[in-house]
Amino acid sequence: MASNVLKKAESFFDHFERWRPTQNQTTHYCPGCGHGNAHKLIAEALDDLGLADRSILVSPVGCSVFAYYYFDVGNVQAAHGRAPAVATGLKRSHPQSIVMTYQGDGDLASIGGLEILHAANRGENMTVFFINNAIYGMTGGQMAATSLIGMKTTTSPYGRSVENDGWPLRVCELLATLPAPVYIERCHLADAKGIMSCRKAVKKAIKNQADGKGFSFVEILAPCPTGWKMTPLEAEKWVKEKMIPYYPIQVFKDESATREGRFPQPREVADDELWKALDLGLFGETHPYDEPFVKNFSTTHFKFAGFGGQGVLTGGVILAAAGMQENLEVSWIPSYGPEMRGGTANASVVLSKDPIGSPLVVNPDVLVAMNDPSLDSFEDTVRPGGIVFVNSSIIARKLRRSDVDVIYVPLTDIAAEQGLTAGANAVLLGALMEYTKLLPIATIKEIIPLGIKRKQLIDANLRLVDAGVEWIQNNVKGRKQSVTVPPSKQTAATPVMFPEK
Amino acid sequence: MTDNNVPRVEIVPNLCKACQRCIEACAPGVIVTNPERAFNELGYMWVVYTGEGCTGCGVCFYVCPEPGAITVYKRERDKKAVAQEA
Amino acid sequence: MQKELIKGNEAVVKGAILAGCSQYYGYPITPASEIAQAASRYLPPVGGTFIQAESEVAAINMVYGAASAGMRALTASSGPGISLKQEGLSYIAAAELPCVVVDVMRAGPGLGNIWPEQGDYHQVVWGGGHGNYKCVVLAPNCAQEMCDLTMLAFDLADKYRNPAIVLADGYVGQMMEPVVFPHKRVKVPRRDWALYGDAESKRNVISSIHMSTESLEKHNNKLQGKYAEMERSEVRFQEIKTEDADLVLVGYGIVSRLLQSVVEMLRAEGKRVGLLRPITLFPFCSKRLSELTTQGKHFLVVELSNGQMLKDVQLATKEATPIHFYNRMGGAVPSVDELANVARKYVK
Ligand SMILES: Cc1ncc(C[n+]2csc(CCOP(=O)(O)OP(=O)(O)O)c2C)c(N)n1
Ligand code: SF4
Ligand code: SF4
Ligand code: SF4
Repeated sequence: MASNVLKKAESFFDHFERWRPTQNQTTHYCPGCGHGNAHKLIAEALDDLGLADRSILVSPVGCSVFAYYYFDVGNVQAAHGRAPAVATGLKRSHPQSIVMTYQGDGDLASIGGLEILHAANRGENMTVFFINNAIYGMTGGQMAATSLIGMKTTTSPYGRSVENDGWPLRVCELLATLPAPVYIERCHLADAKGIMSCRKAVKKAIKNQADGKGFSFVEILAPCPTGWKMTPLEAEKWVKEKMIPYYPIQVFKDESATREGRFPQPREVADDELWKALDLGLFGETHPYDEPFVKNFSTTHFKFAGFGGQGVLTGGVILAAAGMQENLEVSWIPSYGPEMRGGTANASVVLSKDPIGSPLVVNPDVLVAMNDPSLDSFEDTVRPGGIVFVNSSIIARKLRRSDVDVIYVPLTDIAAEQGLTAGANAVLLGALMEYTKLLPIATIKEIIPLGIKRKQLIDANLRLVDAGVEWIQNNVKGRKQSVTVPPSKQTAATPVMFPEK
Repeated sequence: MTDNNVPRVEIVPNLCKACQRCIEACAPGVIVTNPERAFNELGYMWVVYTGEGCTGCGVCFYVCPEPGAITVYKRERDKKAVAQEA
Repeated sequence: MQKELIKGNEAVVKGAILAGCSQYYGYPITPASEIAQAASRYLPPVGGTFIQAESEVAAINMVYGAASAGMRALTASSGPGISLKQEGLSYIAAAELPCVVVDVMRAGPGLGNIWPEQGDYHQVVWGGGHGNYKCVVLAPNCAQEMCDLTMLAFDLADKYRNPAIVLADGYVGQMMEPVVFPHKRVKVPRRDWALYGDAESKRNVISSIHMSTESLEKHNNKLQGKYAEMERSEVRFQEIKTEDADLVLVGYGIVSRLLQSVVEMLRAEGKRVGLLRPITLFPFCSKRLSELTTQGKHFLVVELSNGQMLKDVQLATKEATPIHFYNRMGGAVPSVDELANVARKYVK
């Protein structure tokens, strides 16, 4: 900085070979274009701050799409308007890097309006240079969101009108309402004084990032002689006389001095710690393989149905998990989405010794109906000879069918007696397993605690399982020791095998 | 050899796009269109330093949009002054 | 053995993290939201990044940024969001960046509903964005494969420097099944083309712009070369009882699970029925299909869309033998009985 020579910055390439093989020491910009001035200020600031090696510049779609021709820094070219999102991905990946976006008004204020708003609102620790030339330069002088009232462009041939096009957008003023940004300033390139204050702003906006201060935004009012159909000198004048009155040159926000710098450190986690952090190994080892048990197990399809809060979905999961621990193939699939909030939910569970084809249970071997709508919906679907568990605490009616085995059990009342109305599903699992002997009660009890955090609640739920078991023992005379469920229509298929690579 | 104590400006003819912003901005008015009114490689009638009167203010460097067209050599003692200020 | 009973959508995230993915950017949508939820829960504690983006457009562009930074990055959505990601996918394919996108399909068009469909086949397999690009597309049909194919997707994405898409559906995503996870994590190496914000990498450029027609044509040809290589090396499919089959059922994703049951059911009746399940949708198992055609087999293509995969089967077989078609749309999933009845019509 303290040099007595003002010359081309080191952060520029000497020859712009990415552009063309010869005549490559000028830019591709039109004579008098503000992009060149802005580029020089950025390159100089990177030189002064010694940050070029750490820098990544995200270029936009617009006349400055080719910024990577010039800057000897890391370069990423983004889709129209998306530079702040791309920069977010870069910065979050490498917090130590210096990530800058450089965007025109079409790019930033129109198509990328949402991306810039949210990057600013998240307070991404990045630097944004917003080149406002009130027009679309690259595509041939069309109207921009920032074009002035009355301004004639190739898409506002009669002049921009408020009625048709709305007001020119003041982006700094909008972003300054947000708490996250640390620094927002508007400057201009119309004369030496303007450029010199812009120079300071550019440098500060980059330094802020290196200091971990957060989102810095510099709007630069820039001449576009070509788009405006003016000479470069007329364009300078137009910035001063027309643009600045509407877009005041101002610091809108500056908390650079008072903000605490934040420097997120990359963290590495060892493999074992990672495994734990992912909740893997939660179920522990599966039980010793009991060949006769598995071999003789016939595929059983369950439908658990009820309203939210009765734990029908969870009940199904516990059953499936217990089956898994006993080395069965299992699947669980819920009804999902908005209608669950409306009250009714159901889950299909399949337990099988063979890999499961369709996980959807259309004709259950076992139906658990926790409320009336559930019984109404599914009574007719149960396979003849199947079993229906009816929560008689809530469902008053009896089954219309006589070709199924039905157990009326006051699940909610039993749970309530133990002081846990929400535990009807635990009672159910006890009763269901005691009645069908499909899986060991002990395995059910082993699974239940895995999904509950409070010890008290675990104990209460385990007591409810016992209560369900007892209820069957006390109330169902001549119960079947083992219900052999005949093979249903939805038999299992051959193993799902991963193909050889 | 140039005298380091005499400020001056160097303009590379082939890197000038003749926007004339430097001419407009130079207070002593020591940048002018080349008197031969010739065109450079890019087809522009480049600008030149008249050869004397430059104050080394640096304004032309910043108003010029081209990265390499203008180099400004300030007075040597300016450097010392800057160093002292810092 | 250690198994986890886990939803397909969650298996995606755990598989991804074990595959070395450290970056998730996404926007919620049913039935893919559990992916974002699991990512938000599991990534930050292990040093990863989760950001709920302002839109799917932003999310895929954040992925573009993270991929440019050399990271393994993931995003997930469903139909409406995948439509919005197409712009980004075109740019990512063009800039030759690796990334993984999961599409848990729901029913469309428009807002449609949240039930399973396969109507994104065209926009995902044939490419919904602009330009001559392709994505690797993997179609899991169970929770285990939601993990395995997500991990494979990262490998293929890296191998070809190209986006890979895991094309699942509402049921495969929502379903809980036992999954065995690998006990080791993949370490992502430093890539010589990526940007790390240091002197060593700063000369790298990530870009999709080629101003001269020569340069862009050359680039296009290079991309086509990669796709041809994928067609040679990456076709994956599963076959069940096709050797002696007269009728081969063809279906992917949840449909293939139903068709497995149909095969069992009809085999029990002595009918010679088999199943061909494409696992990679691009590259497609065209060669295998054409072999089966020369063996004189007939086909029944079943899908939850309007004949989108059917077109690929027709192309592969040149319709040399009869191809029957059955589909449901709008979120309706056929029952096994329904499909068995259809199949019975076409086999003695
Ligand atoms: C999605 C999309 N829409 C439109 C375009 C065409 N386009 C290219 S640049 C541009 C506007 C550029 O204007 P601005 O951002 O103000 O930059 P300037 O050229 O003025 O520097 C447009 C509309 C595009 N590339 N992509
Ligand atoms: S069109 Fe305007 S913005 Fe684009 S290079 Fe020319 S002067 Fe600059
Ligand atoms: S440095 Fe100042 S005085 Fe010298 S030519 Fe440039 S603008 Fe004129
Ligand atoms: S400002 Fe630069 S490009 Fe413009 S006339 Fe002067 S030297 Fe030439």
